[in-house]
Amino acid sequence: MNHVPTPTTKRSSTDEFGVIEHVPDANDGDAAVLRTEELLLNMGPQHPSTHGVLRVVLDLEGERILKATPHLGYLHRGTEKLAEGKTYQQIVTLTDRLDYVCAMTNNFAYVRAVEKLLGVQVPPRAEYVRTIVAELQRISGHLFWLGTQALDIGAMTVFFYTFREREILIELFEKLCGARLTYSYYKVGGVSDDLTPDIIAALRAFLKAFPDKIIEYNTLLETNRIWLARTKGVAVISAEDAVSYSLTGPTLRGSGVNYDVRKAEPYAAYADVEWDVPLGKNGDTYDRYYIRLEEIRQSARIVSQCLDKLPEGPVSIDVPGITFPAKERVMVDMESLIHHFKMACEGIRPPKGEIYCATEAPKGELGFYINSDGGNHPYRLKIRSPSFVHLGAFDHMARGYLIADIVTIFGTYDVVMGECDR
Amino acid sequence: MEAIGQLVVILGTIGVVMVTVLLHVAYLTYLERKVLGWMQDRMGPMEVGYHGLLQPLADGLKLFMKEDIIPSGANKIIFSLAPILSLIPALIGFAVVPWGDGQLTIPLPWIGDVTFRPFVTDLNIGILYVLALSSVGAYGVLLGGWASNSKYSLLGGLRSAAQVISYELALGMSLVGVLLMAGSLSLVKIAQAQAGGFWHWYAFALPFPQIVALVLYGIAAVAETNRLPFDLPEAESELVAGFFTEYSGMRFAFFFLAEYANMILVSCIATIVFLGGWHAPFPFLDFVPGIIWFLLKVYVFLFGFFWIRATLPRLRYDQLMTFGWKVMIPLVLANIVITSIAQYFWMN
Amino acid sequence: MTASLEFSTYLFHYAPIVVFIAIAAAFGVGTLVLSYVVHPRIFSSEKLSAYECGSEPISDARMPFPVRYYIIAMLFVIFDVELVFLYPWAVAFDKIGLFGLIEMIIFIALFVAGYAYAWRKGALEWD
Repeated sequence: MNHVPTPTTKRSSTDEFGVIEHVPDANDGDAAVLRTEELLLNMGPQHPSTHGVLRVVLDLEGERILKATPHLGYLHRGTEKLAEGKTYQQIVTLTDRLDYVCAMTNNFAYVRAVEKLLGVQVPPRAEYVRTIVAELQRISGHLFWLGTQALDIGAMTVFFYTFREREILIELFEKLCGARLTYSYYKVGGVSDDLTPDIIAALRAFLKAFPDKIIEYNTLLETNRIWLARTKGVAVISAEDAVSYSLTGPTLRGSGVNYDVRKAEPYAAYADVEWDVPLGKNGDTYDRYYIRLEEIRQSARIVSQCLDKLPEGPVSIDVPGITFPAKERVMVDMESLIHHFKMACEGIRPPKGEIYCATEAPKGELGFYINSDGGNHPYRLKIRSPSFVHLGAFDHMARGYLIADIVTIFGTYDVVMGECDR
Repeated sequence: MEAIGQLVVILGTIGVVMVTVLLHVAYLTYLERKVLGWMQDRMGPMEVGYHGLLQPLADGLKLFMKEDIIPSGANKIIFSLAPILSLIPALIGFAVVPWGDGQLTIPLPWIGDVTFRPFVTDLNIGILYVLALSSVGAYGVLLGGWASNSKYSLLGGLRSAAQVISYELALGMSLVGVLLMAGSLSLVKIAQAQAGGFWHWYAFALPFPQIVALVLYGIAAVAETNRLPFDLPEAESELVAGFFTEYSGMRFAFFFLAEYANMILVSCIATIVFLGGWHAPFPFLDFVPGIIWFLLKVYVFLFGFFWIRATLPRLRYDQLMTFGWKVMIPLVLANIVITSIAQYFWMN
Repeated sequence: MTASLEFSTYLFHYAPIVVFIAIAAAFGVGTLVLSYVVHPRIFSSEKLSAYECGSEPISDARMPFPVRYYIIAMLFVIFDVELVFLYPWAVAFDKIGLFGLIEMIIFIALFVAGYAYAWRKGALEWD
């Protein structure tokens, strides 16, 4: 690793992991009349627009991509293995660090899996609050995506506009649970804090002002011919290919496949409110852009309906062995104190068994597989993260495009490496 | 003796031009950051000095004190010379830019008459000179990209060459309409011919207003100076920093300087050729010094550069070339033909 | 005052440019030298390697590279030369009258014919 590459460096055949790279041979070119050599180019891990630490080795002919090989693992923290040594409620904090842009959704997906394993039902108000917060997180996640995708393509102003609105949402979350990025807001059995009247008022004010903001982003992009030229017909994937590459979320719906976990297996309050699943036709970057924008609108619609229908009641169940007792009772009541102590050191003990539970995250289907041996921590936890699955289709979608399109393709998956490498 | 006096005056004028350009470049970076900030709902630089006014100095000093790294695989001579090759054309282009009219002759004892003029020199091929320099400037970028021996730099350098061959024709041809009407290549004469109100400026003047040519010139100028949406040679999100990926310290600063100096230069040319140079838009405003009108117009163009940068995404390599060859060139050719016919009937 | 030093002479028009080039070059080189004197030198072999996003460069950048636009580059050379012919014509336009106009329209027609041919043949296609 330490030697200085000199101009005489051979076109080496192994990278630092000892992975044998494809070394193009002048003889294996297909019907090439002129002898042109392929250029191997590292893009990432340290690159302005690989969304963290993704590394792609590009096999180039000029600027055209012959082959794109994603190399993952630069942000691998062993979340799945770490989870095996933690109690069920401790794992919530690990899920924050998966897709750090949308921590709420990860919390939600995980606690839903645990609740399914335990067979508990959360109170109706908790279901609504969860839906509201998850949809707000979807809005903020999509805003983050829109800003970065536009920035990658060169439209820098959109980035600042979307982050302005995202900031409002982050401040709402901070009021709600005290954190701005790693929320750990969802708990097994409910959520940690209730929506207060001033949060609801702030939320309604946000929802009122928000449609104009979406129009503002759109004026910069939707009718911009350069934007259209850069997104239409780029990274096209057909519906069949999208399904066979297991794409989910907006990346799948962009190809016109109507699959949304919120509609397919409604959870939380999604069955009680009216909303539509936007679908694309061409499966190109523009369609995915359009779908995400439309999803932002639909999410706002869901949130305002949920706010109108918000039932009264607790936001968490109160079952010993699953939830912590209320703090005020712990201070005065011996049994609660013992209960709190036992929860803190032993945690939840779900029955023996295994479960897979899928949730519609902003990026796609986020699934948690939990194998429980009856102990207080999972025997095995497997995360089906959409970003990881989507990168499987990267080569397929990138071939034949130009280097400039690579950043568009990164962006169109909405890749977050924390979730990808886990 | 008189020749020596005149030489001193020329040296002085060159000094004034260079210092002015460098100061404008420094504060242009500040202005750009401020304007972009305001357009993007933020403040821009605020820390160094009152509202960040000393930011350019801090930036310059920082770059000056930075280690200057030459990568081990680079071609040292070309790598070192490329930034200077890029900087010199950007600066000496200002030699033919007039910023005012008239001249001031002062008789001095012993030395004789010395004449001060608002330009360094008045070449009778002024426009050709500027166009030639803009091509030479591209060599700096191309050679710098190649000499770095880094793939990102190489791709950036090649993109810059592609850009030059796609937009230089349009840039040159968009000026031909004005030349038809002015009958001169000298920037001083072109500007002088536009006196007497904005309806005499070539962008609006009869027989055929060159407003289309102005727009085409503007697009080609943005492309020539490698600014968004044509900043492909340094496309940050694709090629990291493009041709100057490997540059650091003062050499990096030179590329930066050259880019901004070129921006000012093309804005000056646009002002002189299309918008009447130092002339006031209405004759009754003539009491305002010409230099103020000149700077005002130049800054309108520079503001346009920033505005475009804040608004538009980046084009792709192939789209850029297609646009240059299939849209710009037919339009500038049509402009030349129409202008020449209109001018012929106007004269008779 | 000798005639050769009058402001209107050729020499006096171009001499300032030579001086300007010298001053600009001196500014460039001088700044580099000054910077060379004051900047720190902390040696690290990693610093000297070419940037390739944090990984070791897979291969040398100096290799045959397919420049897709070489046909366009050749067309550019031809058209640029033709462009230069337009300049003297434009400057002398008011002196050459109808003859000049027609002649140049024929010239531009030839130019357009070549351009249309190149377009038709796909030479302007990027790939």
